[in-house]
Amino acid sequence: MTIHTITCTVNGESEVVEVPAHWTLLQMLREKLGLTGTKNGCAGGECGACTVMLNGAPVNSCMVLGVECDGATIVTVEGLVKDGQLDPVQAAIVEAGGVQCGFCTPGVLISARSLLDRNPNPTEDEIKEALVGNLCRCTGYVRIIDGIKEAAKLNEPVVIKE
Amino acid sequence: MTLAETKKLPSPVGESKTRLDVIEKVTGAAVYTDDIPFGPGLLHARVKRSPHAHAKILKIDYSKAEALPGVKVVVTGEDFPKRIGLYLVDKHIFARDRVRFIGEPVAAVAAINADIAEKALDLIEVEYEPLEAVFDPVYGASPEAPLLHPDMADYDVPNYIFPQAGTNIANHFKIRKGDVERAWEQCAAVVESEFYIPHVQHVPIEPHVAVARWDDDGTLTLWAASQSPFAQRNLIAKSFGVSQSDVRVIAPLVGGGFGCKAGVTMEALPVAIASKVKGRAVKLTLTREEEFFTNFVRQALVIKLKMGCDADGNLVALKNTMYWDGGASTEYGVNITRAGGYNSTGPYFFPNVHTDSLCVYTNHPIGGAYRGFGMSELHTGIEQTIDMLAEKMGIDAVDFRLKNCVKGGDIILTGMTMHPTGLNQCIEKAAKAIEWGKEAKPSSPNKLRGKGIALMWKAPSMPPNAGSSAEVKFSEDGTVTVSLGGQEIGQGAFTVMAQMAAGVLGIPYESVRVRGPLDTRYSPYEWQTVASRLTWSMGNAVVAAAQDARDQLLDLAADHWDEEVEDLDIVNGKVISYKSEQEMSVKDIGIYGLPNENFEGWKGGPIVGRGSFMPTYVTNLDFETGQGDRAVVHYTTGAQAFDIEIDKETGRIEVLKSASAFDVGRAINPELVRAQIEGGFIQGYSSAVYEQMLLKEGAMLNPSFVDYRIATAVDIPIEHHVDIIEVPQDDGPWGARGIGEHPMVPTIAALANAIYDATGLRLEGPPFTAEKLYLAMLDAGLVE
Ligand code: FES
Ligand code: FES
Repeated sequence: MTIHTITCTVNGESEVVEVPAHWTLLQMLREKLGLTGTKNGCAGGECGACTVMLNGAPVNSCMVLGVECDGATIVTVEGLVKDGQLDPVQAAIVEAGGVQCGFCTPGVLISARSLLDRNPNPTEDEIKEALVGNLCRCTGYVRIIDGIKEAAKLNEPVVIKE
Repeated sequence: MTLAETKKLPSPVGESKTRLDVIEKVTGAAVYTDDIPFGPGLLHARVKRSPHAHAKILKIDYSKAEALPGVKVVVTGEDFPKRIGLYLVDKHIFARDRVRFIGEPVAAVAAINADIAEKALDLIEVEYEPLEAVFDPVYGASPEAPLLHPDMADYDVPNYIFPQAGTNIANHFKIRKGDVERAWEQCAAVVESEFYIPHVQHVPIEPHVAVARWDDDGTLTLWAASQSPFAQRNLIAKSFGVSQSDVRVIAPLVGGGFGCKAGVTMEALPVAIASKVKGRAVKLTLTREEEFFTNFVRQALVIKLKMGCDADGNLVALKNTMYWDGGASTEYGVNITRAGGYNSTGPYFFPNVHTDSLCVYTNHPIGGAYRGFGMSELHTGIEQTIDMLAEKMGIDAVDFRLKNCVKGGDIILTGMTMHPTGLNQCIEKAAKAIEWGKEAKPSSPNKLRGKGIALMWKAPSMPPNAGSSAEVKFSEDGTVTVSLGGQEIGQGAFTVMAQMAAGVLGIPYESVRVRGPLDTRYSPYEWQTVASRLTWSMGNAVVAAAQDARDQLLDLAADHWDEEVEDLDIVNGKVISYKSEQEMSVKDIGIYGLPNENFEGWKGGPIVGRGSFMPTYVTNLDFETGQGDRAVVHYTTGAQAFDIEIDKETGRIEVLKSASAFDVGRAINPELVRAQIEGGFIQGYSSAVYEQMLLKEGAMLNPSFVDYRIATAVDIPIEHHVDIIEVPQDDGPWGARGIGEHPMVPTIAALANAIYDATGLRLEGPPFTAEKLYLAMLDAGLVE
């Protein structure tokens, strides 16, 4: 078993990781970096529970090899909280009641965050499209979609007047 | 504070409080079983499974597997002679003399990593001699079918399950009420129908995972994604011949259950393997493929109905014969058949009922609890047949239902008297929401439009004496910790329990914690997190525990102030006296008690409230007639309706409007109730439109998310109108009943009725895929 040493930025921290050649990014995050917020629902690229942001784009981390991430920037659900504040997508999904068992939630939040990063004012259809790879068996998606709509409103820059 | 003033304070009960567990869930901090670290000593298990639906095991040779470096142990059924099961004890942990379904565990390996374990599986050689298999429950129930469990007569079984020795019928539940054969003569109209509801899977996004470790002192610790830590403790202890108190089950948050993590399924496998490597934790995680067919599935149903009403449209008689495809083991499934039997009229009053509900062994995957426990399947038949009869009589389907639906005081099919229910209101609300009766034209000539409605009822299906218990304790800061044994599987149980405890104790909701993970060593007993029973049953236990703690606080304060308890109250975390207008914080007395005057001694001490609940009034039913005083604890009822269009060119269904109305007794947290209804409705819709386990000669052909489609964000009807009806339950906390399962029960039937309204077609059963609908429309000449 070949082990590679890679360097990457995970949730803003620079990390040096020794990762076996055949390990997925999902395994690396969970087992080497202790970032268990990212979930394994199928290990086959079909459920979206393992979604993370890789260089700004959402990917199924079970379909990416750890060694491919040398030099990459990765954001997981644990990286969404900034300065003790929830990201707007987190706050809005809480408020909308879009969480039940919570197993799909980390992946959903990352897909939502990436959507709003590239498209701050998505239509309902665009939100649905962005979520098509994130299966949720509990909520029926309605409250997740409502939450993302609300998050889009919070997403807009707030101009503070003196 | 005066009494009048305190009465105006908001109670946490009936308010849509934010979920207790939501911040940990959106930040990735929530711990599920797979997230627990076990260190480098952890062993990884993989399971060798049967490729045959039915075969004799002639020989297993695992010497090569054992010799593979990194392999620590290989086990087979040889080592585990005792059976396991919740109701009918019919299952071996590993197959012994024969295999009965494709995917049945035959052997297992634990190794230092999963890759080696997987490799070792290929080195295990198993010789089989294939046997004739049974894939059809109707054939399986016939005398011609080969016997799949020849030893059935020797299996342990509770006295309300009726296996028929010498057959494949693992339970035969009968209702004989009135005289059905004579009743047909009184009927102005009679209809007959037959439907097939195929196998589906629960598809929790979290796969099954369990970790087991036996220690040298003979104790077992099991960490599992589990709805049923106490049932697992009990069944595993029995099967492994150890004492229940030596089995400790730790159950963190569950990433979706829907019934598949109830009872014991794969959890016994790592327990068995770990018993051969004492001191080492052994972990087994099901792959998504295994998840689809090696664990519980929702069994298929063949339902044959004959239903009649008199000239005034009053229902007169029902004959209902159900063949449940129980699969290779019916340890849990026998009780689904029983529930199907005692609910077999659906929510209607019939003076004459003849039901045979048969649980039949087949060589299919094992049928187990799935959200609704047989009710989706049963109602798919009943509710379409009600529509057929109404149509034959020329009576509007809603009017027909309002006239015949079960009402408080009715003597229902088992002889039990129905309690007050808001079913009538549910029907009216759901019908109104989709503008029932108002003419609705298709939006284009390429489309067909239709409306449909269906009702449901469901009682918690459980042993008559399923119990709950709870404890309430104070912390120094005045917060209260509720300990309980029912699981948070996403439904919001912990939140609702916190609201109830806060409501009774008079403290803010924010001051209540609920202790997780569940741990059978420390958590109070709970039967299982199933049957939509927690809000009601565990709720009653939590209320009793909180009341006990409250009584202790008030007694202490009354003693201290030399006042009567009747003059005291607890409001917003303070004990107050309406008489003397004194107050003190529960924070100051919940643990430390109170000093006597001049500190000459103390009174009180740490407050611990204890509560338990068990229904005491459920009676067994007669085997020949299914009659008894009280078959069940209560019924949650409801209705669902659709307004749809079907595209003639594609067969695709487009939902224009859909609506639910359920009588939950009392909504402790209305938004959580709505969330259950919405999520359950979509799960039902998904099963109605997309889902089917394609089984060929016992093999599942589509065990992946690509081939077994569940509804995604782009597939859902977004507008779902929800009405909550509240006709209180006499023994529910604040009148509450459960609502976890019910929202997916009427969905297939309501959609089928809408499809019929649009097309005049009734399909044999779901899923109503675009392809199937298109071909049916083509056949019927509706499209060219
Ligand atoms: S775990 Fe990666 S897509 Fe399912
Ligand atoms: S909340 Fe359970 S899968 Fe989405």
